[in-house]
Amino acid sequence: MISFFNVSKVYPNGVKALQGVSLQIEKGEFVFIVGPSGAGKSTLIKLIFREELPTKGQIYINGRSILRMKRRDVPYLRRQIGMVFQDFRLLPDRTVYENVAFAMQVVGAKRSEIKKRVPEVLKMVGLEKRMDDYPLQLSGGEQQRTAIARALVNNPSTIIADEPTGNLDINTSWEIMECFQEINDKGTTIIIATHAKEIVDSMRQRVIGLERGKIVRDEHRGVYANATT
Amino acid sequence: MSTGVYMQMLLLRQAYYIFQEVGRSLIRNSLLNFAAVGTTAISLFVLGVGVLLVINTNEIAKTIESDIEIMVYMRHNLAEEDALTLEPLIDNISGVQETTFISRDEALKSLVKQFGDEVEESVGEENPLPDTIKVKISDPREVNKIAAEIEDLPGVESVRYGGQDFVKKLFSLTNWVRIIGLLLITLLGFCGIFLIATTTRLTIFARRREINIMKYVGATDWFVRWPFLLEGIILGFFGALLAVGVLYFSYGALIAKIQETISFLPLVNSSAVLFRIFEGLLAIGIVMGAVGSTFSVRRYLRV
Repeated sequence: MISFFNVSKVYPNGVKALQGVSLQIEKGEFVFIVGPSGAGKSTLIKLIFREELPTKGQIYINGRSILRMKRRDVPYLRRQIGMVFQDFRLLPDRTVYENVAFAMQVVGAKRSEIKKRVPEVLKMVGLEKRMDDYPLQLSGGEQQRTAIARALVNNPSTIIADEPTGNLDINTSWEIMECFQEINDKGTTIIIATHAKEIVDSMRQRVIGLERGKIVRDEHRGVYANATT
Repeated sequence: MSTGVYMQMLLLRQAYYIFQEVGRSLIRNSLLNFAAVGTTAISLFVLGVGVLLVINTNEIAKTIESDIEIMVYMRHNLAEEDALTLEPLIDNISGVQETTFISRDEALKSLVKQFGDEVEESVGEENPLPDTIKVKISDPREVNKIAAEIEDLPGVESVRYGGQDFVKKLFSLTNWVRIIGLLLITLLGFCGIFLIATTTRLTIFARRREINIMKYVGATDWFVRWPFLLEGIILGFFGALLAVGVLYFSYGALIAKIQETISFLPLVNSSAVLFRIFEGLLAIGIVMGAVGSTFSVRRYLRV
């Protein structure tokens, strides 16, 4: 569960990225965060991930305060959260299998566990046949699915995606969203910051709209933009 | 499984990964690593040369200093027994290390031995040489004071010693050598650290995506740091090893050459001293590698 209480973020250069944001995301929810560029979507994600600290307010992730967390505890917070990026962030000199296994090596998983778990996750995202290929041999959609597998492999409670379909065509974007939906069906919380209007509109999930650092709407079974605006 | 055993297994698994990473990086960036080892070796070699220069100059200075002595000449009419009574008096002066009595007969004998029988003939019956006491002192800087004190003793005709100026100059010289040596060593030490830092920074820069991903998937700082730390240590160690090797052979050859030509020059050649210097260089190389890489990796941990 993720709770924001009156959170503001002002960057050292004076940019007010978030102003008095309060929100609550329950376990197992599927949430879209929408809004124009510069509305504060990326900052919101960085705060959940504790890449940035809020200037004001309080944030709780799974019952733990981000502000009171010690630096050395941050890695353990991040193991509960899987990140997916617009630019995939795969290691080009490692195969699909190795890219996913990497995330497990980093947290010190057993080799036998890795051997068992990685193919399992790759099957889940439909890449079981491309395990030994390198990222550059894959299509954009396949690369993003590899990144999703990597985010998923350590069994996080939440997966956060920042513009996951920003570099993909519309059909591939749909595949990726279906992939997220399947993961969500198994109980993982999904938070997606996106510009993909059609997808948001047709998936009818919770939509949080940000504008100029403020939450302008928060609707369950919502759409990308209000009919009134 | 107890937590202790679990932690050990975790460490073991991570160690496996870390060594794999180090090996991978050392092979992948072999040219860069070669440069790092080379620069470390050069800086440590110069450092070693500096240290050897300083300790050798010290050694030479010490020998010259200990060679400074005061010759005390007795009045010609003083009987040898009376001259002998002066020796304990001189011995009692503070700063005097050793006195040797040379009687006028002994002095003449050594003169004759040096220059032949003509000396004896030209001298004739009467020995013109005075009784002499040779005085060694512990601190050559006090040579003036001690000499003046001895001169005041009854029965002393005159004293003679190596020029005060010479001693002064020698001291300022050895002091300068020490100061410059220390400066040189500090400077080169920093150069070495900087070079290793730069090299590991290049390695880290080449792998910044990897580090970034590591941080995102929840790697601890130490997990990220270890491979680079180890890499820095290995680079520093091999650099030092190379420097020590070159230093060992070139110094040995140099010493042999010098002692062929100027055999009296007191040079440091005890293997105990050399090994301590080499140990020191290896330790410095390792520390330089560790410090340099820690310095470089710090920036990339702040994600």
